[in-house]
Amino acid sequence: MSENKDTRQAHIRNFSIIAHIDHGKSTLADRILEATQALTQREMKAQTLDAMDLERERGITIKLNAVELNYKAPNGETYIFHLIDTPGHVDFSYEVSRSLAACEGALLVVDAAQGVEAQTLANVYLALENNLEIIPVINKIDLPNADPERVKNEIEDVIGLDASDAVLASAKAGIGTDEILKQIIENIPAPSGDPNAPLQALIFDSLYDAYRGVVVYIRVVEGSVRVGDKIKMMANGKTFEVLEVGVSTPKIENREVLSVGDVGFLTASIKSVHDTQVGDTVTHAERPAAEPLPGYRKMNPMVYCGLYPIDTARYDDLREALGRLELNDSALQYEPETSEALGFGFRCGFLGLLHMDIVQERLEREFNIDLIATAPSVIYNVKLTDGSSVRVGNPSEMPERKFISEVEEPYVKATIMTPNDYVGAIMELCQRKRGEFKTMEYLDANRTNVIYDLPLSEIMFDFFDFLKSSTKGYASLDYEMDGYRVSDLLKMDILLNGEKVDALSVIVHQEFAYDRGKAIVEKLKELIPRQQFEVPIQAAIGQKIISRSTIKALRKNVLAKCYGGEVSRKRKLLEKQKEGKKRMKAVGSVEVPQEAFMAVFKMSHDD
Amino acid sequence: MIKSNAHRGAYIHIPFCDHICHYCDFNKVFMKNQPVDEYLDALAKEMQHYREDGLPETIYIGGGTPTALNEVQFERLFIDIQKNLVHSSVREFTVEANPESLNEEKLEIMKRFGVTRLSIGVQTFDDHLLQEIGRAHKSADAANAVKLAQTHGFDNVTLDLMFALPGQTETSLHESLERAIGLGTPHISIYSLQIEPKTIFYNRMRSGKLRLPGEDIEADMYGQIIFELEKHGLHHYEISNFAKPGYEGIHNSLYWQNEEYYGIGAGAHGYWKGVRYANAGPVKKYIERVHAHGHARTSEHPVTVTEKMEEEMFLGLRLMKGVSTSHFREKFGVPIDQIYGTQIARLQEEGLLTEHHGRLSLTRRGIFLGNNVFEAFITS
Repeated sequence: MSENKDTRQAHIRNFSIIAHIDHGKSTLADRILEATQALTQREMKAQTLDAMDLERERGITIKLNAVELNYKAPNGETYIFHLIDTPGHVDFSYEVSRSLAACEGALLVVDAAQGVEAQTLANVYLALENNLEIIPVINKIDLPNADPERVKNEIEDVIGLDASDAVLASAKAGIGTDEILKQIIENIPAPSGDPNAPLQALIFDSLYDAYRGVVVYIRVVEGSVRVGDKIKMMANGKTFEVLEVGVSTPKIENREVLSVGDVGFLTASIKSVHDTQVGDTVTHAERPAAEPLPGYRKMNPMVYCGLYPIDTARYDDLREALGRLELNDSALQYEPETSEALGFGFRCGFLGLLHMDIVQERLEREFNIDLIATAPSVIYNVKLTDGSSVRVGNPSEMPERKFISEVEEPYVKATIMTPNDYVGAIMELCQRKRGEFKTMEYLDANRTNVIYDLPLSEIMFDFFDFLKSSTKGYASLDYEMDGYRVSDLLKMDILLNGEKVDALSVIVHQEFAYDRGKAIVEKLKELIPRQQFEVPIQAAIGQKIISRSTIKALRKNVLAKCYGGEVSRKRKLLEKQKEGKKRMKAVGSVEVPQEAFMAVFKMSHDD
Repeated sequence: MIKSNAHRGAYIHIPFCDHICHYCDFNKVFMKNQPVDEYLDALAKEMQHYREDGLPETIYIGGGTPTALNEVQFERLFIDIQKNLVHSSVREFTVEANPESLNEEKLEIMKRFGVTRLSIGVQTFDDHLLQEIGRAHKSADAANAVKLAQTHGFDNVTLDLMFALPGQTETSLHESLERAIGLGTPHISIYSLQIEPKTIFYNRMRSGKLRLPGEDIEADMYGQIIFELEKHGLHHYEISNFAKPGYEGIHNSLYWQNEEYYGIGAGAHGYWKGVRYANAGPVKKYIERVHAHGHARTSEHPVTVTEKMEEEMFLGLRLMKGVSTSHFREKFGVPIDQIYGTQIARLQEEGLLTEHHGRLSLTRRGIFLGNNVFEAFITS
């Protein structure tokens, strides 16, 4: 029995795929699934691992997935592959690090034309930190502008990996898949670990299922876990009795036991994903491991925004919807708040802007709630004159200036990888965004890493768009949190028709207050349609108006023609006009469209 | 004079044009290589289908460009109409005509077959603008066409004009109005340019190449139009229509009074026995369907009571005389306030609607913001 296990363990290969967005990770995963005949052709939907509609549409992975595959190798032996998918976006880098920790190896997929990008680099470093064996794969070699030799050199120069055996592949055309499978078997080590040791299983994901409670995705590092075991979460000490263990092939397959090297799931009537935090260690309640696996970190939201139903009667629906999403998303936080302008809603915390976007989109799409989202804000540490301090995630709650002794804002260390030609443009951009130059790393003859400390709020604002446009899309960005610093920040209020609209308040740096005020006022003028009366828009700091503009009163709005008695068309037009108003929020007597609330945040480059 | 009792009308659509105007999204095709004769056959057949339900009191031939038909085709159309629809109590028989294709022969045909009213597509008397909007005629052609019609005994002529055209100034508009008034026609329709999808202007607008006057100038122009036309005795009786007393369009008033009419021809819309319908639009499809079914209706919508009440309001309020509250109660069996009390009160408060002698009508401000009023009566 134990020998059988050893044999089994020796045939396990656990790996992830690391790739920049669009470099072809999901397509490669599909090819591997096909090659191992996990799915028949008929069952293949393009990009099988990306389960949510939203993921498939956006071509990104949001929730992780792990599948067990049986691969009958040309040498006649059957191997057990566990392929663990990773999210490809900086918001989710912690989740990436945890899924990498569940592997012994990784396929590094690099686009044969685009080459290495900053996010790829960041994830490779994560993989190296986890001692993973890395197999470079140069993908999309069939594209006309592919230059695999150059990319090979980049992998060697920029990352420092030996790329002489890199697989030249086209996942789309199915080129190179056999070679990839061969290298997985030969180069990625089988998991070490003692099946008889006390249980240590790493949680790398969890999701809530209405019937089974939380489904916890684990990698067994030491020992084994079976149905009926009493388990303990090492972060909070809570205990549960295991009801099911199993794997996804990607069909769900229940097992008796998961042992060293296995990657699968367990359920144990767990009611909340908050008890199963990513990175935590599962052990046995009666025979616990001495120590948790390294690296558990609680994830804290980085950005906050207010979410309000346009239809105030749907507040309860929104609360319920957030509750449902929270079951699956341990990083999402929310608490009720009230706005004078928008009524009852929630202040929600997210890992980043993409995470925020995704949550909003899911609320609108899956729960059919039309939302107004206020501009995102970072968390400010505000020290008051009485010596106390508060954390402010909602600009309208910023205390009055006379009570503030200083305001601290979060900074990030930003690494921008760029072709040398654009270094100047990037430095200019970073200076403009209040960046502090740290260093420059020359990666190879063509590429440079420019490293700046930047306020997180500036990165959120429009940094990424500017970066892409000023480098023709060649530069890529990665960043990590780098603590708080004192800044000269002010709260700017926006007044519509003389009334302060709390949901439009923003925190700005003193130096940029005037320009931002002007830009916001002009943008709102453009976005808010004419009303039956004139509407002044003002930006104010304290009592002082720093910018103003006026939306003129509506003067003519009447359809001229009723062609040949075509009444149905006239009706449709009126219905459309009416429907448009339903998606606006009455703030006092002014009808404000949804997108105006984000306007203080999202501005195009011309502004 | 417009009588308020219900009557039925017939709209007949001629979808052919010799050229396509830059703003036009009506159902139309280049005339060249079209099966015009087969189309006229189908029209005749469709007329037979509807005449069984009773004859119309008004007839309106629109387009497209009805006068784009050659003389033989033109006469043939009138023979079919004469055979199927005309009778002694037809109260108004209107034909749309374009200046460049109206001639003595066609005028004589129309006179012979009992046409009572001509609607001439002038659009503007500014030659530069005419070219800009893709019209084929010059301002002199328009003036000549009107005079020609008048010498052939058509005193009931209406001019179609447009405003808020790209590049149009208030001076240019003023000159057009003066020349229109100078021709002495008893009726003028004037429409603000609307940019509709699938038009040349729409594509130009999307590529940023169309300079429109903007809402403020458009509003000023509209005020100017009302002022100048009223001054010359053409009273403003509908959002876009002006007439000397007794010359209000009878057929068009029937749309605004929410009454029924049949629509004949490709893409025509009708309202018949409580059903709003649309005919097949493409000429070949239309012809096929008429031969197969006797009619060409491809979509039919039975109007619900709620919709009928809404239409009564948003169509009726286009007329300056507005909607009669007692007529509403007679027609629907409920007082208007019971259905629309809230909206009416709000619109009155906003200064858009007023009630006088049992009629609800738009205020001056309401005329300019008509859609804000009409929209309030849509409950869906």
